[in-house]
Amino acid sequence: MSWEPVIGIETHVELKTDSKMFCGCAVGFGEEPNTNVCPVCLGLPGALPVTNQRAIEWITAIGLALDCQISSTSVFHRKNYFYADLPKNYQISQYDIPVCHDGHLDVDVDGETIRVGIERAHMEEDTGKSRHVGGGGRIHQAEATLLDFNRSGVPLVEIVSRPDIHSAAQARAYAQELRAVVAELGVSDARMEEGSIRFDANVSVRPAGSSELGTKVEIKNMNSFRSLERAIDFEITRQIAALERGEKLVQETRHWDEESGVTHTMRVKEGSSDYRYFTEPDLPPLVLDEDWVERIAATLPELPSARRARYAAAGLDPQIASVLSSAEPELRQLYEDAVAAGADPKAAANWVTGDVTAGLRRLGRAVEEAFLSGEVIADLVKMVTDGKISSSAAKEVLAGVMEGEGTPAEVAEKRDLLQISDSSELEGLIASVLEQNPDAVERYRSGEAKVIGFLVGQVMKTSGGKADPKLVNELLRRNLES
Amino acid sequence: MSLADLTIVEAGRRLEAGEITSVDLTEAVLERATMTEAQLHCYLTIDRDGALESAAASDERRSQGRALGPLDGIPVALKDNMCTRGVETTAASQILAGWVPPYDAHVVERLREAGAVLVGKTNLDEFAMGSSTENSAYGPTRNPWDTDRVPGGSSGGSAAAVAAGSALGSLGSDTGGSIRQPAALCGVVGVKPTYGRVSRYGLIAFASSLDQIGPLARSVDDARLLLETIWGHDPRDATSYPGEYPSLAAALDRGVGGMRIGVVEEFGGEGYEKAVEAAVSATIERLAGAGAEIVEVSIPTAQVALSAYYLIAPAEASANLARFDGVRYGNRVPGDTTEEMMARTRAAGFGPEVKRRILLGTYALSAGYYDAFYGKAQQVRTRLIQEFRAAYETADVLISPTSPTVAFELGARVDDPLSMYLSDVCTLPVNLTGDPAISVPVGTDDAGLPIGLQVMAPALGEEQMFCVAAEVERLAAFDARPPLGDAS
Amino acid sequence: MPVDIDIAHVARLARLALDDSELEIYRRQLSQILEHAAKVQSVATDDTAPTAHPLGLTNSFRSDVVQPSLDRDEVLSQAPESQDGYFVVPPALEVDG
Repeated sequence: MSWEPVIGIETHVELKTDSKMFCGCAVGFGEEPNTNVCPVCLGLPGALPVTNQRAIEWITAIGLALDCQISSTSVFHRKNYFYADLPKNYQISQYDIPVCHDGHLDVDVDGETIRVGIERAHMEEDTGKSRHVGGGGRIHQAEATLLDFNRSGVPLVEIVSRPDIHSAAQARAYAQELRAVVAELGVSDARMEEGSIRFDANVSVRPAGSSELGTKVEIKNMNSFRSLERAIDFEITRQIAALERGEKLVQETRHWDEESGVTHTMRVKEGSSDYRYFTEPDLPPLVLDEDWVERIAATLPELPSARRARYAAAGLDPQIASVLSSAEPELRQLYEDAVAAGADPKAAANWVTGDVTAGLRRLGRAVEEAFLSGEVIADLVKMVTDGKISSSAAKEVLAGVMEGEGTPAEVAEKRDLLQISDSSELEGLIASVLEQNPDAVERYRSGEAKVIGFLVGQVMKTSGGKADPKLVNELLRRNLES
Repeated sequence: MSLADLTIVEAGRRLEAGEITSVDLTEAVLERATMTEAQLHCYLTIDRDGALESAAASDERRSQGRALGPLDGIPVALKDNMCTRGVETTAASQILAGWVPPYDAHVVERLREAGAVLVGKTNLDEFAMGSSTENSAYGPTRNPWDTDRVPGGSSGGSAAAVAAGSALGSLGSDTGGSIRQPAALCGVVGVKPTYGRVSRYGLIAFASSLDQIGPLARSVDDARLLLETIWGHDPRDATSYPGEYPSLAAALDRGVGGMRIGVVEEFGGEGYEKAVEAAVSATIERLAGAGAEIVEVSIPTAQVALSAYYLIAPAEASANLARFDGVRYGNRVPGDTTEEMMARTRAAGFGPEVKRRILLGTYALSAGYYDAFYGKAQQVRTRLIQEFRAAYETADVLISPTSPTVAFELGARVDDPLSMYLSDVCTLPVNLTGDPAISVPVGTDDAGLPIGLQVMAPALGEEQMFCVAAEVERLAAFDARPPLGDAS
Repeated sequence: MPVDIDIAHVARLARLALDDSELEIYRRQLSQILEHAAKVQSVATDDTAPTAHPLGLTNSFRSDVVQPSLDRDEVLSQAPESQDGYFVVPPALEVDG
């Protein structure tokens, strides 16, 4: 029997606002424990939340970027559960009326575009962090949990996809695309390894062709795109194997273990299904009218999918378009500047995603620190097209520019990389080569066309490799056929 | 007469005239407390040194001509569910014993800025849950008029302190009548402002959509002064009203000529003491005599308001009190796991009434019962608002008894939660609607126990409410004093 | 309306460690109170929206501006147990699912 995986992804995005969701504490990362805390985010008696306007602007932007409807009125709810890292023992979240609902994200996977529905995106607050310590390092020589509330109250957007994903590769592509969108909006650091973007997957399998959903398992703790893909693949395989053995699956939450490469059952808190949601009485409803939505829409940058489409229209290979689209903004700008300075888009894109990216990485420098600009790339492209330098020499020219040796022309000159592309100078070299190789000339004229390669080689050799091979070829033919 | 028995307005006049100092006044109040506390137990904490220091600072300011206003140098008390930086705040709960807040509540900041002398923290029903102040983990407060009786609650300590002279005025919080009912039972004035008028920042929450801070005082004018000091928009409370805050002083002298005063049909009859109904009727007649038009109004849903209240308030409370878990502050009972530690801490730290309401609220919100209980109660709340709004088409203010009975005996209702809840039947409807209301003493029963009358007004209608309250005060000419207070 | 309450479950949700006799007392009291509270069901409320906020405000935003945080020593001085700048609790039996 063949099986179809059905996957939905829940994404948590930490917003990089200056202050927290409901209080004025700074949003930071990696600071001393319990230093960014106040009565509100510590849940002290008497403290009250007040909504950070920028967080609501940013979730609106996320919603618009995902083609969501923005609720004209939405409300905060209290989600009640006891957990030591949740200071109030309820989380301020949203329930039946989220800020954003019913959108979608188009994702390219293996040259194919799939559309993943977005059920909702809602606003909530993050919890603190807990860390388990063993007996050794502690006063009472017992196991314990250490709590740091710096993260408590950081604005968090939860984005829930529809179960429109059917393979681990698609899931990975969706996650990467969503991360790219969020990064583009500039609303989050979106770093998986730091937890500022977190993906949980709901995975089930069903017999191919069936329209019913199988038993759903939620998997957590994937901290890279690779582990997301591996975990889902593992889970799909595990579920299929279990079903084929005739076992019944249980709806549960499973934890991905990166080292052993397996998922295992988590012991989930009691009564987690009974969150006793009710309207947060401390926060009036959000009213986001048309003016609000229009104001946010006007601030949206070009999104990755639109950019890829624009690159493709400019003639870039899909592969290069995709790489460039997800490249650092300064690299994309370098490409745009090069095109503006007259460079052929395709050539400019190849340079930027190829040798420029590699060179910067090697040098550990930013674009400007490496003396690069749109003009530099445009000049480089033009020198190659004009035959002034060979493609391989161009790589050396670029390296020289990035070392600060001067403009491309100056570097080519200094490093003696200019090609001889002056016809009159070449004519002399050609004449002497023809004179020294009468046999070859005879063979060519008697119809052995491929011998021209030998003659070009001789001219190149005589020129010390600096002749423009294309021009040499052209001039040789003209001489031989006259 | 001791200085401790002055009204705030009179004390302020004497301070300004240089006849007395704030230290004189504060010492008189502290002396009264020393005399009465063993019997009444109004306070959980008396900050003697802090109070005398503030009083001296006030006198210093005044001597330099830099007095801060009408409350400068006036000794006032705070219900112990308002956070005071550096001064223990317990909400009368064992779970918070010893907790010292790192911040001041908004109202505490306002009082400090006005130069008020903060005498101490008054007793209450644990987490403001109760109508008798018997639910305090630190023992009950007694009624200065009869120490066998309760002062009402939950702001019983604040009401009794003002009645007994161990503060000139005080702040309480009112979730279902917790300012007005003890004010009535202790013969003082108590105000619940419109929801949103006074910031709740720093008030230990009971039921967030119902809680409101307000003053208790010996006169309507004193209550006005305190209210005008503590109200105003506070950006730290998202439910704080951002609009206009009128000056109320002029309203007090306006009189009731031409005003329409509605008598709510549903607030009377079975369960109401005859003396209470008689005192209210007498006041109505006097108001008519003073030129008011008396109209009958009906608010049928008021009869189920109590039911709605006892779903909404515990539901919100069950979440608000979840934070008391032994993790970050307060007391902890050890356990092998987080879950065990939390459950033991909460079982040991909360008293029976608090546990009862947490369980009730948890149940009312839980899956399968939400629509029948909590959801329905919120709809009833809307109905109630609609009916009050309709009543205010025909009346400018509404009046009723504040409490169906005078102060009852200690222990009389503790074993019967429902009968205790019925103490709030007249007061809690306006907590559900958010409207303002005030209780003014209008007489005593045969045993000399005070009776309060409640004036209710539409949301943001404090001006007309104070206008009528001041007239009621003049007409009632209530000048009885509790026996304990007459010590001079 | 007779009210049937799984009081042990409710106590677990509310994190209250109560013994059987306490549970029984609360169960009885809650039934009695809920029977009274069930009177809300006598009010016709079709087409009536619920009220969660009496004053009808909307938004009430704050600007995204950082304010000073509390002093850590002052905060931790109130903690039942702390160590190295952290609050300390016994280990969790269950994870946050």
